[in-house]
Amino acid sequence: MRYLPHTPEDLESMLKVVAVESLEDLFKLIPRDCLRTDDMDLPAAMSEWELHDFMSGLADKTAAGPAWKLFIGAGSYEHHIPATVAYLSNRSEFVTSYTPYQPEISQGTLQAIYEYQTLVSRLLGMEVSNASMYDGATALAEALLMALRITRKKHLAISSLIHPLYRRVIRTYLEPTGAELIELPRSADGTTDFTLIKEMPELAAVALQSPNFFGCLENLSPAAGLIHKQNGILIACFTEPLAFGLFKNPGSQDADIACGEGQSLGIPRSFGGPGLGMFASSMKYVRSMPGRLVGQTKDKEGKRGFVLTLSTREQHIRREKATSNICTNNSLCALTSAMYMASLGGSGLRDLARLNYDKTQYLQSALKKAGFKIPFTAPTFNEFVVQFPSGFKTVHERLMEKKKIAAGLALEPYYPDLPDHYLLCVTETKAKEDLDALVREVQS
Amino acid sequence: MKQTLGNTGLVLQEPLLWEKGRKGRSGFSFPKQDVPSIGISPELTGPGPDFPDLSEVDVVRHYTRLSTWNFSVDTGMYPLGSCTMKYNPKINEKEAGLSGFQNAHPLLPDRLNQGALQLIYELERFLTAITGLDAVSVQPTAGAHGELTGMLLLYAYHKSKGSKRTKIIIPDTAHGTNPASAALCEYRPIPVKSNEHGILSVESIAQVMDEETAGIMVTNPNTLGLFEENLTRISEIVHAKGGLVYCDGANMNAIMGIVDIGKIGIDIMHLNLHKTFATPHGGGGPGSGPVCVLKHLEPFLPVPRVVKKEGQYVLSDDFPKSIGKLHAFYGNFGVMIKAYSYIRSMGTEGLKNASQLAVLNANYVKERLKGVFHLPYDRPCMHECVFTDKIQQAKKISALDIAKRLMDYGFHPPTIYFPLVVSGAIMIEPTETECKEDLDSFIEALCAISREAEENPDLLRQAPFSCKVKRLDETSAARHPCLAG
Repeated sequence: MRYLPHTPEDLESMLKVVAVESLEDLFKLIPRDCLRTDDMDLPAAMSEWELHDFMSGLADKTAAGPAWKLFIGAGSYEHHIPATVAYLSNRSEFVTSYTPYQPEISQGTLQAIYEYQTLVSRLLGMEVSNASMYDGATALAEALLMALRITRKKHLAISSLIHPLYRRVIRTYLEPTGAELIELPRSADGTTDFTLIKEMPELAAVALQSPNFFGCLENLSPAAGLIHKQNGILIACFTEPLAFGLFKNPGSQDADIACGEGQSLGIPRSFGGPGLGMFASSMKYVRSMPGRLVGQTKDKEGKRGFVLTLSTREQHIRREKATSNICTNNSLCALTSAMYMASLGGSGLRDLARLNYDKTQYLQSALKKAGFKIPFTAPTFNEFVVQFPSGFKTVHERLMEKKKIAAGLALEPYYPDLPDHYLLCVTETKAKEDLDALVREVQS
Repeated sequence: MKQTLGNTGLVLQEPLLWEKGRKGRSGFSFPKQDVPSIGISPELTGPGPDFPDLSEVDVVRHYTRLSTWNFSVDTGMYPLGSCTMKYNPKINEKEAGLSGFQNAHPLLPDRLNQGALQLIYELERFLTAITGLDAVSVQPTAGAHGELTGMLLLYAYHKSKGSKRTKIIIPDTAHGTNPASAALCEYRPIPVKSNEHGILSVESIAQVMDEETAGIMVTNPNTLGLFEENLTRISEIVHAKGGLVYCDGANMNAIMGIVDIGKIGIDIMHLNLHKTFATPHGGGGPGSGPVCVLKHLEPFLPVPRVVKKEGQYVLSDDFPKSIGKLHAFYGNFGVMIKAYSYIRSMGTEGLKNASQLAVLNANYVKERLKGVFHLPYDRPCMHECVFTDKIQQAKKISALDIAKRLMDYGFHPPTIYFPLVVSGAIMIEPTETECKEDLDSFIEALCAISREAEENPDLLRQAPFSCKVKRLDETSAARHPCLAG
């Protein structure tokens, strides 16, 4: 096996040093009844060439070729990824290093993550970002746990327009804590009705997603005003951070914690993972924050350098009193997103967000013109809901089978009161012809 | 000694991203604006982020220079104990980069994602074959996430029996993530000391195990690199009181094809694909932390699960006792592809051989360094060995000084000051992919450092000398945090 370098001569001399007869003898302290009596039942080893043929065959069995036109986002977005980002993020020095515990020989990762924290703080309008969480859903779950810790209260309110799968993850995380979770209903315009907060004293936090699962922008400031009056925390969640290139960010709307999914910033969809859990807050809460933080400092000669810091919050020091159990996070994805943000720059991010918005508006008005109903009137970014005529399901399936078009995601499995409602997503990857073709096909 | 690996070369300075660039540059190729631009209410818009504008060349030089400041497995030996920094095969990266995998959308109908679902289904079966346990979920995305999943399984199991338990036994050798994960399920950790041989004794567990205790979290092989020889009897005690045995499988690299986890009383175990199964660590993730269980806990595993129905792979939520979801989608699929490719490249014999050689390499290092460094538990080890700085402390040289000096010799330092049960611990995990010559160079470097500690201790206190930066002021970094520029 090419990854195992030991020659028979190496083995012989090394076994002699260890003073055992054979490789099997290395395990003689293990009690006999713990040992395997059979071989592991695995397929025979493949050569590199066999493996690649086989894996290529598997990869061909997904709807991912250029012929496919997917108008589905819902937390996993198709955006162009510059060749430079893929190339640079695959450099061995970044890919095959561990968490930067030894800063003198990890300055590459450390400076890059410090830059990531800075870019994320600026994008979200927050004071401090951590080095990443697993994904948007777990970032939100940790934000809610953080709010429970800070406020020492037991009740949480979350919008029913937060990604339905995120809400399921939250329930899993909160189950043993005994915290009470209340879901806020939606208004007719496709945003959250948070007026109920007023009648709920003792809330630790309210969590809203903007743009929300229907693609609509939430007005966070009034919600912040209400929750701050009861000394609670406003958590602003997101699945599409590109929106903040154009629209107001969570920080400018008084969010205390901003968290969500950063996959759309240069990370492939990869069947839903790995993504990037983004997590930022105001500085006053930094010592309650989960996750790793990189800080700037100086070396003995006064030269600028970077280290992991504030680790007294973390599991390896605080053990059961830590702010989270997180250790390995999604560092390489954070680095990738920083490369992507650096490639776009401030001007580019704004232009790209604008292009996403324009294309989405174009499709939305074309569908409206064709007689389809746009049920929610709140402003949107690159996703919106369409109400198709009843029985559209067969058209939807036919387009998928025959035309390789995914005309949005059916909302009914997540919102049973919304049959025939579909969530559509348009990004810069779709040309005008693709949008025109979609409008034609859904009418056929 | 002969010429060392460590050397100095031209290290380029590189400013922070926002210290370079010019307004109006771009490193992004814009698609055509082929639709009209529509006005937006200024009430909704913000100013856009204050990012620097850089050209493509600016970005490429920036990150290429940064990358040269990192030590990595591809640069050299990385014997970081408990982290299993083995070689990460390049073919696995190529497979994970296949367009059909990278561009698969998680919410399309199952029939349009058969290739991805088949991979998850088969990987879960491979992991049952490797561990000897009955069922697996690959949804958890890291070791600590797998531990949390394990604790939630334990919690759900006791809840289903109508029993409310408040405590969990955790040995003093455990990773810090263990008590932190247990705390998320509101379990109070009950610490237990290991015995004079560095392992758990049956009596110490019998003393604390009661019907208020949900179970025990053990790491096997443990963090001293020793096999928990009494585990089968310990399991019997825990089970007799209605508890469950959770195993932190971070150290599975020592025992693939050798130990049958299903036979030694373990009910739940997590694996780290980014350790044992050769997927790269990425400077701190993404990882993957599958959870493996015995049959009686399978109904509680996270959903959705991939099942096979009439020759098709289907995502199923139809497990009413499940603890629920732990990730927005199905976990870190991109990492699973690499572990799957690794297992298919290694096969039954290859994986077993990897474990044998990992243990041989660790014992070889242990034998050769014994006497040069203090070995607190002098017995055959598994995949890693733990020394201390006791001998060098005579000259007031610490594990930290030894670690820093090792960088000058061209090696990544071992894990230091862990496990906590050993004072000044130096924990070495060479892994199976290091050849004898490299192990010998590493051993010679440590021997040279121990001589330096005798003859010129100040040299060690000032080390490293050849890295991009000297020792950094971590105290002021924590006291006056500067976390963004």
